[in-house]
Amino acid sequence: MEKLVAVIKRYKVFILLSVVNVFIVILYPETGMKSIEITKSSTLEMLSILPPIFILLGLLDVWVKKETMMKYMGEKSGFIGVLIAFLLGSAAAGPLYAAFPVAMVLLKKGSKLSYVLIMIGAWSTTKIPLLLFEASSMGIKFTALRFALNLIGIGAIAYTTEKLLSKDDKDKIYKGASLME
Amino acid sequence: MSSTIIFYLLASIALIVSFVKDNNNTKMALKKAWKSFENILPQFLSILILIGIILAIMTPEQISNIIGQESGWMGVILASMVGAITLIPGFIAFPLAAALLKSGAGYMQIAAFISTLMMVGIVTISLEMKFFGKKAALIRNAEAFIFSLIVAFVMGVFL
Repeated sequence: MEKLVAVIKRYKVFILLSVVNVFIVILYPETGMKSIEITKSSTLEMLSILPPIFILLGLLDVWVKKETMMKYMGEKSGFIGVLIAFLLGSAAAGPLYAAFPVAMVLLKKGSKLSYVLIMIGAWSTTKIPLLLFEASSMGIKFTALRFALNLIGIGAIAYTTEKLLSKDDKDKIYKGASLME
Repeated sequence: MSSTIIFYLLASIALIVSFVKDNNNTKMALKKAWKSFENILPQFLSILILIGIILAIMTPEQISNIIGQESGWMGVILASMVGAITLIPGFIAFPLAAALLKSGAGYMQIAAFISTLMMVGIVTISLEMKFFGKKAALIRNAEAFIFSLIVAFVMGVFL
């Protein structure tokens, strides 16, 4: 019983919208049926796209060991550091705010701030599973163009953000990171 | 849907390689895959119904008036603000964006929405400030917003 309540709670928006749709069918049959038709076709489309993407997401999560990657992001790691930062962000799962604690761990371990910002940028917008999903739903051209722009944008934002911060600002960020659990 | 076929191939190969190397890890990966899917399922189903209702009620002309190609920079700004404020996971946003595109929205406007949605977080900025400090969080979000407008502009030129 408790389980059922929990399920209903999680799906309450879905249930509510379904009820709304049923009312639309009763009051405006034509619009309601059209809505169901559209929902049905987009559901089928999504269900055919999603399985391989989620399998890759799971595999990435299990095989890409964050700890080993973090070792290579120090102040003098150069291009490798940039690359690792980018891959670390792109292989991640979860929303952007989940990246902040990871960023703090990196800073604590002495990663360069701009590399950490590259990781944040990649995490926000070039996650591999999402790129695959974007390509399936928006088309390859849209995805490829946005990806190319993002490569430039992520680098530019990371570089200028670090440059705009004073040494004092940066010390504070590192100090905050070292105090975090 | 040629990309989908490629992804199925890619996933199958990755799965086989992973299984040969370590079947426990592979089982864990599949469990994680299912869990992440189940995690978004409620929102996912909701947005699918919402897409149906929106597209059944609104005509392509109406959608196009608000965020269509002709809406120009007004549409871009509107879309980018909605993206910056809302917190919609990518797996929910792309079906919505694709449906809107098919029904009259413009590439520029949709690109602006997607880009700010992913890179700018107004709701989470206080959390970001806690980690990175006020200044760094403000700079990053402001730059990401401007960058999203650039993305929209370039996509508008090329698509």
